[in-house]
Amino acid sequence: MGQGLRLLWRAIRQLSGDDGYERYLAHHAAAHPDTPALPRREWFAYQQRQKWSVIKRCC
Amino acid sequence: MKTNILSILIWLCVALLGAAAVGGIALNRGESINALWFITAALCVYAIAYRFYAAWITSKVLLVDPTRATPAERLNDGHDYMPTNRWIVFGHHFAAIAGPGPLIGPTLAAQFGYLPGTLWILVGAVLGGCVQDMVTLFFSTRRNGRSLGQMARDELGAIGGVAALVATMLIMIILIAVLGLVVVNAMKHSPWATSTVAATIPIAMIVGLYMYKLRPGRVLEGSLLGVILLLLSVAGGGWIDQQPGLRELFDHPGLPLAWAVIAYGFAAAILPVWLLLAPRDYLSTYMKLGTVILLALAIVWLQPTVKMPALTQFTDGSGPIFGGKLFPFAFIVIACGAISGFHALISSGTTPKLISNERDIRMIGYGGMALESFVAIMAMVAATVLDPGVFFAINSPAGVVGKEAADAVAKISSWGFPVTVEQMNLLAQQMGEATLFARTGGAPSLAVGMASIFGSAFGEGMLAMWYHFAIMFEAIFILTTLDAGTRVGRFMLQDILGNLWPKLGETSWYPSVLLTSGMIVAAWGYFLYIGVIDPNGGINILWPLFGISNQILAAIALSVATGILVKSGKLRHAWITGLPLGWLALITSTAVWEKLASDDVRVGFFAAANSLADKLAAGTLPPEKAAVAPTLIFNLRLDAALALFFAAMLWLIIIDMLRICLRHQQGKRVPPLSEAPHQRTQLEEAAWARD
Repeated sequence: MGQGLRLLWRAIRQLSGDDGYERYLAHHAAAHPDTPALPRREWFAYQQRQKWSVIKRCC
Repeated sequence: MKTNILSILIWLCVALLGAAAVGGIALNRGESINALWFITAALCVYAIAYRFYAAWITSKVLLVDPTRATPAERLNDGHDYMPTNRWIVFGHHFAAIAGPGPLIGPTLAAQFGYLPGTLWILVGAVLGGCVQDMVTLFFSTRRNGRSLGQMARDELGAIGGVAALVATMLIMIILIAVLGLVVVNAMKHSPWATSTVAATIPIAMIVGLYMYKLRPGRVLEGSLLGVILLLLSVAGGGWIDQQPGLRELFDHPGLPLAWAVIAYGFAAAILPVWLLLAPRDYLSTYMKLGTVILLALAIVWLQPTVKMPALTQFTDGSGPIFGGKLFPFAFIVIACGAISGFHALISSGTTPKLISNERDIRMIGYGGMALESFVAIMAMVAATVLDPGVFFAINSPAGVVGKEAADAVAKISSWGFPVTVEQMNLLAQQMGEATLFARTGGAPSLAVGMASIFGSAFGEGMLAMWYHFAIMFEAIFILTTLDAGTRVGRFMLQDILGNLWPKLGETSWYPSVLLTSGMIVAAWGYFLYIGVIDPNGGINILWPLFGISNQILAAIALSVATGILVKSGKLRHAWITGLPLGWLALITSTAVWEKLASDDVRVGFFAAANSLADKLAAGTLPPEKAAVAPTLIFNLRLDAALALFFAAMLWLIIIDMLRICLRHQQGKRVPPLSEAPHQRTQLEEAAWARD
C-alpha cells in the first residue's frame, strides 16, 4: 500500500513535471559534471521557453 | 494451450458484446436508448481494434523492433530527448492531442441524429485516426523524431514539405478563429460566464508568478493553488451576476467580446510564456483530465437516456446548425475524435523523442487516439441526452430560426422537436443565464448536457454551478490552444519571413516578435470578427472550413506514410494508410466541391455571396445588414478561395506521392529512405524504467 502510494506520487510528479529540476540535476551531474548546473529559476524559465516553442497543444 | 483457449473465449465475448451494442445503437428506431450502450460499443470496438488490428500493423507491417535503440536513448540530452516511462509518455501525448475539438464536433454533428456521428467516431478512429497517429509516431521515431514537414520533404520532396508547412499554418489560423468564436458565443450577454472566463487570466498569472518567482519549478503546488482559485472564480461569477452595477461590467454583445479575445490573444503571444501560457496550460490539463474522468463516471453511474433520434430529417442538408448533407459533412464536422491531422504534428514532435522502446508505440500512438475518440463519444452522449427541441433551440443561430423566442420555438417545434418558451426560460434560469437561445458553437449545449448529467449525479441544486464550471473548463483550454497556436504560428511565420530578411527570423528580436505576432493575430482575428457579425452565426462557415483543413492535414500525413510504406517495399500493405487516405480525399474533395458549387446559400460560398449581393443591389436588406453586407460578400469569396487552395494542396501532395511510388515500383530514382541506422539498445537491462 505504502509502496503503491509512493509509486503513484512519483508518477504524478513526473507527469506534471514537478520533479523536472531534480531530473535535470541528475542528468547534468552525469553528462556534464565539470560545468555548473543552472539555478532552479533559470532552469525553469529556460525549460518553459523551450517547451512552448514547438507545437504542444492540439485542437 | 489452456490460457490460449481462455483468451480466445474472452475475446469472443468482447466481440459479441461489441457487435450487440453497435447493432443495438444502429438498428434502434423511435425508442429512447440507454447511453451505456454507447460506452459499451465504444470500449469493445477499441479493445478489439487495439488487440488485433493495431498489433497486426505493428508486428507484420511496421516490424517494430524492441532491440533497436530509440532516439530518446541514442540522443539523450536530458531535455528534449529522454527515455521515459511509457505511461508518462502516454499521459503527455494524450494531454497534447486532446483539446476542445472532440467536444465540439460531435455536438454539432448531433443535428443529423446520434447515429452517423457515433459510427464515424468509432470506425474513423480505429481505421483512420489511430492508424495515422501510430504510423506517424513510428516513422518519426525511426527518423530521430523529425517533424511531419521534414519527413514530407525528405521522403517525397520539396513540394510535400512546403505543402505541409503552409497547410499547418492555415489550419492553425482557422482553428483559432473558430475556437475564439465558440468562446465568444458562450460569453455573449452572460455576466457569469464572462466574469469567470476573465478571472482565469489573472489566476493563470498568479500561478505563473508563484511557479517562477515564489517557488520556482514547484508545478504541483502552483497548480493546486490555481485549481482552487478557478473553482472559486466559478462561484464568484455567480455572485457578480447577482450584483446590480457590477454585472453590467461583464454584460456584452458578441462584438466587444471578440475584440477582447483578439486583444488577449495578442497580449498572450508577446508576454513571456512563464507568466500566462505555461501556468494556464497546467491548469487546463488538470481540468481536462478531471472533467473527462468525472463525465465518464457520471455516465456509467447514471446511465442517462439518449433522446435524440438515430437520424433526423436534416441528413438532407437543411440542418439549422450548419448546412450540408450527411455525406460528406458529417465526416467533415467531426474531425477530432475520428481522425485529426493535427495529431500528426504531435506524433512527429515531442512524443517520439521520449519513447524508450519501439514496442510502446502501439499503446501511445494507437491507444492515445482511441482515448480521444472515447472523449468524442462522451460528448455525443452529453449532446444527445438533451431533449432534441432544447438541443436545437440552444444551437440554432438567430438568422435561421428567428430572433424572438416565440418564433424560434415555433420553428423548432414545426420540425417535430417540441420545445416551449417556458421550458427554455426555466432551463436558462436553472443554469443561471438570461437566455440559452442561439448559443451556437457546441460549448453551451455541451455544458447544459454535462450540467444535467452532473446535476442528477451530485444534486440538482448545483445546476448553475455545473453549467458555468463546464463553460469555464471549455474556455480555459480553448484559450490555451489560442495562446499556443498564435505562438507557434508566429514561429512558423518568422521561419518563412527569415528567408526574405534574416533579421525577421530571429525569434527573440522584439520588433519581429511584435510584427509577426500581430500578423497572426490579425489573420485569425479577421475570421473571428466576420464570424461574430455574420447573422447566420459564423460557425456554419468556419467549422466546416476547419474540418476540411484538419482532414487535409491528415491526408498529408497519410500520404507521407503511404509513400514511406511503398518505398520500404511494403506495397502489399500500403492500404493500411492508403484506404483512410482515399476516404479523406473523397470526403474533403466532395465537401470543397459543394462549398464552391452548391446552389444552397447555406452551403455554397458563391451562392451565398451572390444572393447577398443581389439583395444588397435590390435594396431589400435592412440598414444594419446592408452595412456589413459588403464585408460578408468579400469574406465568402475569400473562403471559397481558401477552400479551393486547400483542395489544390491535397491533390498536389497525393499526386506527388503517387509519382514517387510509381517511380519506385519502376525502379527509378526516388529520394532515399531517411531512416536512422539500426543501433542495439542498451536499455534492456533497465527495463524497470519503462514498466
